[in-house]
Amino acid sequence: MFDFLNSGQYDVLGAFWVTVQLTLYSAVGSLVWGTVLAGMRVGPVPLMRGFATAYVNLVRNIPLTVLIIGCSLGLNQTLGITLGGSNFKEIGFRLAVLGFIAYTGTFVCEALRSGINTVPVGQAEAARALGLSFFQVLRLIVLPQAFRAVIAPLANVLIALTKNTTVAATIGVAEAALLMKEMIENEADALFAVFGVFALGFVVLTLPTGLLLGWVSKRVAVKR
Amino acid sequence: MSGVSVTKDVQDAAGAADDLVVLSNVNKHFGALHVLQDIDLSIARGEVVVVIGPSGSGKSTLCRTINRLETIDSGTITVDGKELPSEGRELARLRADVGMVFQSFNLFAHKTVLQNVMLGQLKVRKTDQAAAHAKAQALLDRVGVGSQAEKYPAQLSGGQQQRVAIARALAMDPKVMLFDEPTSALDPEMINEVLEVMQQLAREGMTMVVVTHEMGFARSAANRVVFMADGKIVEEATPEQFFSNPRSDRAKDFLSKILHH
Repeated sequence: MFDFLNSGQYDVLGAFWVTVQLTLYSAVGSLVWGTVLAGMRVGPVPLMRGFATAYVNLVRNIPLTVLIIGCSLGLNQTLGITLGGSNFKEIGFRLAVLGFIAYTGTFVCEALRSGINTVPVGQAEAARALGLSFFQVLRLIVLPQAFRAVIAPLANVLIALTKNTTVAATIGVAEAALLMKEMIENEADALFAVFGVFALGFVVLTLPTGLLLGWVSKRVAVKR
Repeated sequence: MSGVSVTKDVQDAAGAADDLVVLSNVNKHFGALHVLQDIDLSIARGEVVVVIGPSGSGKSTLCRTINRLETIDSGTITVDGKELPSEGRELARLRADVGMVFQSFNLFAHKTVLQNVMLGQLKVRKTDQAAAHAKAQALLDRVGVGSQAEKYPAQLSGGQQQRVAIARALAMDPKVMLFDEPTSALDPEMINEVLEVMQQLAREGMTMVVVTHEMGFARSAANRVVFMADGKIVEEATPEQFFSNPRSDRAKDFLSKILHH
């Protein structure tokens, strides 16, 4: 039943490695972009607050498939943006990462913003009273405490991101879901086995993520 | 309101030239509520001013306007001759010179006691690590919590936390210290350890503005008592004068409620 795995025809590990790479690059990018967005949303500049609020509400409500296809058809094929990639494979990968960052950043921002709300106002007041600037207060006092409060929700976002990377298959990025599609066509007699392999693959990726970050979130929780 | 008299004899004696903090004609509203009404107050260098009054009288708000944690609607506030800037770097620089101690301590919960006292020195004063460490440890020793330096705030009692908060403010070498009800959140048996540190500071000549309900502290440490009610400064006097012979009806009423029971 699982003969197809030994046929040498399919590089399942290779495809999952692309999934892992998509996830890691997008996760780091989303964390940075989401933090910037959250900073803007709590900041004193009305223009930035307005931009971040509008951005979050617009982008998180667009289906990811639409965003990713938009990156490919709109940015690449219409506007000719390649993000420095030199071939189809590289360009597709980079565009997909861009789309994931744009999308997942909004969820990171909102998780972080709820974390900022768990930090008592007095913490920021005390920091301001010492003469720290807005950015210092955010970077040294508020965000460190906010991050510790939202590690569990951020783990959810990371798990969702890992699974969302399958959408990159729609623009031809050779990750797990694209290979699955190919295998379903070629191995129609072993459909459940194919599904099982890929389902298991994703559980192997995401289950430890959830467990590890759950443990971390307890370890670093701020005691008040 | 009859019987309201604002006395300024004590303040005049101190001399206007040496005023460190000057509030003039300060007004502030919270929505429809006029919390600060035409406040004029000068605090001389080295003076200890205790602000008392019933809750909701605006005394905490007054204290918080001095380092602009609360904005004001009109009037001016100057610290050491410089008017309070409205925002940005200039304001941050001024705040560094004004120490503040809060009712709820507000120690940085994710940092150790020592890091709490070092943070302002490192990030605002740009002191080097070793000097900041030495100074923080010395200040913690001085307020009697030197042995707790490596603990986190949540592991300390309220009284210990508040003393750390005082050390944290002192680490900036402030020109004036603001105390916003520093003992109101403390268990009774911990109030004295904090008041003792404040008494000591007062004796050393620190300029202090203290909002408090501790009449004992007001009697023994204050140079001047400012009595506020309904957003106004109703009476200013020396502690002896104020407690033995208050002039305004509002102050008499307030004192009769808190002193005789």
